[in-house]
Amino acid sequence: MPTAPAGTLYRGREGMWSWVAHRITGALTFFFLFAHVLDTALVRVSPDAYDTVIATYKNPVVNLLEVGLVGAVLFHALNGLRVIAIDFWSKGPKYQQAMLWSIVTVWMLLMIPGVYFMLEHTLSSIFGSA
Amino acid sequence: MSYMEAPDIQAPRSQRTFGSSGRSNFELYSWLFMRISGLVLIFLVLGHLFIMNVLDGGVQRINFAFVAGRWASPFWQVWDLLMLWLAQLHGGNGLRVIINDYAERDTTRIWLKSALYASMVLILVTGTLVIFTFDPNIS
Repeated sequence: MPTAPAGTLYRGREGMWSWVAHRITGALTFFFLFAHVLDTALVRVSPDAYDTVIATYKNPVVNLLEVGLVGAVLFHALNGLRVIAIDFWSKGPKYQQAMLWSIVTVWMLLMIPGVYFMLEHTLSSIFGSA
Repeated sequence: MSYMEAPDIQAPRSQRTFGSSGRSNFELYSWLFMRISGLVLIFLVLGHLFIMNVLDGGVQRINFAFVAGRWASPFWQVWDLLMLWLAQLHGGNGLRVIINDYAERDTTRIWLKSALYASMVLILVTGTLVIFTFDPNIS
């Protein structure tokens, strides 16, 4: 027999989706950290081993994943500040939606130049030096 | 005088005990740790990402010599060590909460959390060892 659905606390809109995004970006970053500490540990094996693995990060496809990682971490950081404000600031819950759109704006303002500098090398190697 | 004997009434809202180990403040401290470590990590991680991925060509310029140059300075050794421990504990605690939320069967939860804690120990020990034993002249 299927279990009856429990009462839900999911309320939709900005509050719920920012919570979902916070979980997803946090979990993905944790998995990347696992790989990243191990790839850095290759400096204890040999300079060649380390340089070979780091070369995979310089590939255009991984370059896009890198942009995704930085975007995820930046969102998690900014939304974390919002969560702290909701928890500790007496008016935090009242302004949680406005704070979400504020951090989304800051995220975009930081990502636009960030993406440019991260993709600069890949773009110039594909389309020639512009 | 004995007709006014005090009735035996239980204290109101007697505290529930959780599991066999009784009540603890672990979840309160983990909640607080997430906020404090999060604030420090914003500084450490965003600084790390800016230097490594955005500044001066980003990942393109990273190689063994680059790492050796950075870890010649105790400043970056301390930075990376602090970042390693805070990020691993912050992320590990986050995953612990996610496992508790979604894994409903006791055995599933125990196995997932065992794998999580094993991976945390592996990463913390490996990462710490690498920072402390780094040898720029390794061949």
